[in-house]
Amino acid sequence: MFKDITLGQFFPGDSVIHKMDPRVKLVLTVLFIIMLFMAKNIYGLLVGIAFTIISYLLSRIPFSMILKSMKPIIPIVTFTAVLNVFFIRTGDLLWSWRFIKIYNDAVNTAVFMVVRIVCLIVGTSLLTYTTSPIDLTDAIERLLSPLKRIGAPVHELAMMMTIALRFIPTLIEETDKIMNAQKARGSELDTGTFKEKVRGMVPIFIPLFVSSFRRAEELATAMECRCYHGGEGRTRMKQMSTAPRDWFACVYVAVFWAGIIVMNMFFK
Amino acid sequence: MSIIKTEDLTYVYGEKTPFRKVALDNVNIEINEGEVVGVIGHTGSGKSTLIQHFNGLLKPTSGRVLIDGEDFTGDKKKLREVRFKVGLVFQYPEYQLFEETVYKDIAYGPKNMGLSPEQRDARVLESAQLTGLDESLLQKSPFELSGGQKRRAAIAGVMAMDPKVLILDEPASGLDPQGRDRIFEMLRTYHEVKKNTMLIVSHSMEDIVKIADRILVMNEGRVFCFDRTRKVFSRAEELERIGLAVPQVTRVIHRLNAMGFDLGEDVYTVKYAEGQILSRLKAGGEG
Repeated sequence: MFKDITLGQFFPGDSVIHKMDPRVKLVLTVLFIIMLFMAKNIYGLLVGIAFTIISYLLSRIPFSMILKSMKPIIPIVTFTAVLNVFFIRTGDLLWSWRFIKIYNDAVNTAVFMVVRIVCLIVGTSLLTYTTSPIDLTDAIERLLSPLKRIGAPVHELAMMMTIALRFIPTLIEETDKIMNAQKARGSELDTGTFKEKVRGMVPIFIPLFVSSFRRAEELATAMECRCYHGGEGRTRMKQMSTAPRDWFACVYVAVFWAGIIVMNMFFK
Repeated sequence: MSIIKTEDLTYVYGEKTPFRKVALDNVNIEINEGEVVGVIGHTGSGKSTLIQHFNGLLKPTSGRVLIDGEDFTGDKKKLREVRFKVGLVFQYPEYQLFEETVYKDIAYGPKNMGLSPEQRDARVLESAQLTGLDESLLQKSPFELSGGQKRRAAIAGVMAMDPKVLILDEPASGLDPQGRDRIFEMLRTYHEVKKNTMLIVSHSMEDIVKIADRILVMNEGRVFCFDRTRKVFSRAEELERIGLAVPQVTRVIHRLNAMGFDLGEDVYTVKYAEGQILSRLKAGGEG
């Protein structure tokens, strides 16, 4: 049952965006988020939408993947939209029925919020679609490395993230195995009532914890055997380097930034 | 009467995805009550998938599995009964131990069956004895035991349900030679005492020939052959062609046969080989 879960959302490919330096991608994604929040009106957001669409076309990620990334946010989006529509009471009255009154400002705000959230999620998903989790943690480490000077354990944090990511599929497989073993001993994980199923979790979690600790210990030993002693003086096999395409990407984002500022100035 | 029977059993992993893989392809087998069956096959030949169908952990994509003549698919109540009737010991079963004491862990299955504390106690003591676990170990935490002891405690946990069929997936993997021998020794005594059906999955032929009445050879999701142990090993060449190693002694005898010594095709234990060679030598000496 757990085999269906895909880890992260990395979608391998060889588009321009896939090939970009992950550090640049990460920074530009942050800039993209700021850009969306700078937009003060719907025209500014149109620029944001255009940016998202063009970027997706460049990345050649299939449309179905984008829909998949939107699925989990549908409840939140609907909730904020409904809240905005019914509770903002300024502007002209559009429609009313008993105690329900809908104003034009409310509709505007609702549309604005929905578009912004969708853009935000879909746009930032592009980063995780085109960058493998390992590259991403690597990029985070590099970007945060100045913090090492003030004593922040940046390398250690990045290493922990990498290891955690690496072991998620292993632990999923392990859980599956233990679940089957306990089912074979009659635990009611798939046949019992809800209460029985919850009680059946104990025999799963204890062996899972035990084996995680065992794995952690083994891994630590294996790392020490290979002379791992933290990040100091460590060199890398894969060096990150920026190429002209990364600078093009910066210009591309800058253009859209400018677009939004212009929109903000023209349409008050 | 057959205790396990499959009818055109087919199982497909990841149907409707790009990773679609047929793990079992029209498997028709019949296992009789009281038999010891060895299941061998290469990694990915479908042997583990097959045994997980026998206690309902996997549902056939098509075809049927009959346990004691009954089809239990889709019936939750029967499914549970089948799980107690067919005990399944997974590979590395020691990773399923979770209770505070070995005693409680062995009693987990019987408790799920709804047995009274007295009955449970009898079951635990019996299976501890069958697996050769000393009573002093029962009050210890399972995590204090040695590797081999943990393995036996985990097997005892399944035996305690007193299943009509006991299935073991690679019961001796990861143990040292002495540990392996002890596990197989233990299984043999268990079978002698309980006389129930046993299925043992292994890729060590040496181990399996010592105990199995019949051998089921799986290859690429299909039944390659299912016959008496002796007959299976007379097809040594075919087995080697699908990548299975026959026991060392069988290989030696077959080479000797090729060199002109007529020692028989069906030799798979050292003892039998010894007898054959001695009688040959005697005959040769006389002639």
